[in-house]
Amino acid sequence: MSCEPGARGRLAALLAPPLLWLVLAYLGSLAILLLSAFWTTDPFTSDVVRTWTTDNFRDILTTPVYRTVALRTLGIAVAVTLLDAVLALPMAFFMARVARGRLRRVLLVAVLTPLWAGYLVKAYAWRVMLGEHGIVNAALAPLGLRGPGYGATAVVIVLAYLWLPYMILPVYAALERLPAHQLEASADLGAGTVRTLRSVVAPAVRPAILAGSVFTFSLSLGDYLTVQIVGGRTQLLGNVIASQVTLDLPLAAALSAVPVALIVCYLAAVRRAGALDSL
Amino acid sequence: MTEAARTDARPARTGAAPAVRLTAVSKDFGAVRAVDGAELALREGEFFSLLGPSGSGKTTLLRLIAGFERPTAGRIELAGRDVTALAPSRRDVHTVFQDYALFPHMTVEQNVAYALTVRGVRKPERLARAREALRTVRLDDYGPRRPAQLSGGQRQRVALARALIDDPGLLLLDEPLGALDLQLRQEMQRELTRIQRATGVTFLLVTHDQEEALTLSDRLAVLDRGRIAQIGPPLEIYDRPATAFVAGFVGTTNLLRDQAAVRVVGAPGTYSIRPERIRIAAPDSAPGPGERCVAGRITDIAHAGAHTRFVIRLDAGDDRLTVLRLNSAGLPDAARIGAAVHLLWNVNDAFAVPG
Repeated sequence: MSCEPGARGRLAALLAPPLLWLVLAYLGSLAILLLSAFWTTDPFTSDVVRTWTTDNFRDILTTPVYRTVALRTLGIAVAVTLLDAVLALPMAFFMARVARGRLRRVLLVAVLTPLWAGYLVKAYAWRVMLGEHGIVNAALAPLGLRGPGYGATAVVIVLAYLWLPYMILPVYAALERLPAHQLEASADLGAGTVRTLRSVVAPAVRPAILAGSVFTFSLSLGDYLTVQIVGGRTQLLGNVIASQVTLDLPLAAALSAVPVALIVCYLAAVRRAGALDSL
Repeated sequence: MTEAARTDARPARTGAAPAVRLTAVSKDFGAVRAVDGAELALREGEFFSLLGPSGSGKTTLLRLIAGFERPTAGRIELAGRDVTALAPSRRDVHTVFQDYALFPHMTVEQNVAYALTVRGVRKPERLARAREALRTVRLDDYGPRRPAQLSGGQRQRVALARALIDDPGLLLLDEPLGALDLQLRQEMQRELTRIQRATGVTFLLVTHDQEEALTLSDRLAVLDRGRIAQIGPPLEIYDRPATAFVAGFVGTTNLLRDQAAVRVVGAPGTYSIRPERIRIAAPDSAPGPGERCVAGRITDIAHAGAHTRFVIRLDAGDDRLTVLRLNSAGLPDAARIGAAVHLLWNVNDAFAVPG
């Protein structure tokens, strides 16, 4: 890159708008959110009072219902991530190493297409399928079983469905990049299928699963619509925040710091594992 | 493979059974016959090469022996044991891949020890043997590094050490030097010879580089469109090619067919004369006993370091002959373009080749 003044000026002009947007609109709003978490409200008018206090965070940590909701949200995000990893591995393996030519392209399109369909449409489709007279109960009835109905299980299923492509794509890319010669070399040196999967395939796929889990985990933590549609009476952090926004904005801000903190911790852990390079 | 199975295989290695025996091995890919009726027997401890242009089926033949492909027909034996239907992991054979295929997430030491790890050899022994194998390829201090931190030549050595660690009955090398530059390639050729002699393992090298095959091998097979055209020691292949294809592919030669053969050699058929067997002489010189003599004019001279290449257009017909002359022999007085010369060669040096 040249560093003469003219080129520098052009580079600054080119980068200024996106940087401004990133710093002011994106990080700025996050900063204000965090700041307002230390404010309080007038108990009669619900107006925000800008006096510095840590009461909101103390409330969150000491009120049992908030702890329960936070743990439930974390549990659902972990369950969604695990379920997606279990589903994505065989699918990505089939797409990358078994399917050839046309079939592979068709499968890729099939994985990508749901991303273009509306979120609400897909969630309501699941609400219909999981309903009392829905297709899930109808299909399970001959076996003497019933579907999960609306509740936490339904939330895990629907979220896992919604975020599955984000897990399949990085795993598929990692498996596709894995040279066939490495699998052959492993067999050549005496390894059976299980050994090769454990010693050669798994290390190549692990960073991709971690990369995919960043999406599934953080998207699940922040979701509050799916739980309203198929969650029954289940409450997640997102719902609590949404219901507090009009009543007690500083408390809502403090509550939303919880998933942000969880995600930052998770990203730090994933970064240590070196998985961010494969995003 | 278990230790027991390997010990069973061991006595055969000093016995009479060849290290590899192929009987009527063929391999079809769809409508394409990549290998056609290959018959081959490798001696114990031999350095053998499969030489051929790309698409001649040499890599397919190697993959059949390794077990990565199953033959459409025929039988593959290793040290007297029929392995035709066995998986690669059950064969006493290791492969050095063209791209090395080292495991990127393992250290050099873990890569080298992989065959032992898989067999459940305990760690102290594993490490000791990995160090020994690394010493064999002169990479003593590289154990803790990752493959990404090594140069191409060093990765090549790691791949060799990994494949040699448990003393396999046969080592397959798939164009192992193809990715290296000329100087490193020559160095690695010497290394291959040294390591093969030091270990005594039977080497089967696949290459399209005729010089490499001639330099390294005890014997070689030349492949032409899926068929083995000739098997023999390098000198025999060079001096007595069995077909016109072998004569043209191994070294350079003057191929004379039909009328050209009648004019130049004095008999119908297809004949080959190696360029270095032809002598350039003054236009008044006469042939000695058992010599053939033709007249022509020099049309091209190319100096190539140690030797000079002449192209001579013969007076009878429009035939051209290439002549190689060592520069240390001194240039003939008349050696300039357009000069009239006589070409002389021993009649035994023009030999008939089929087709």
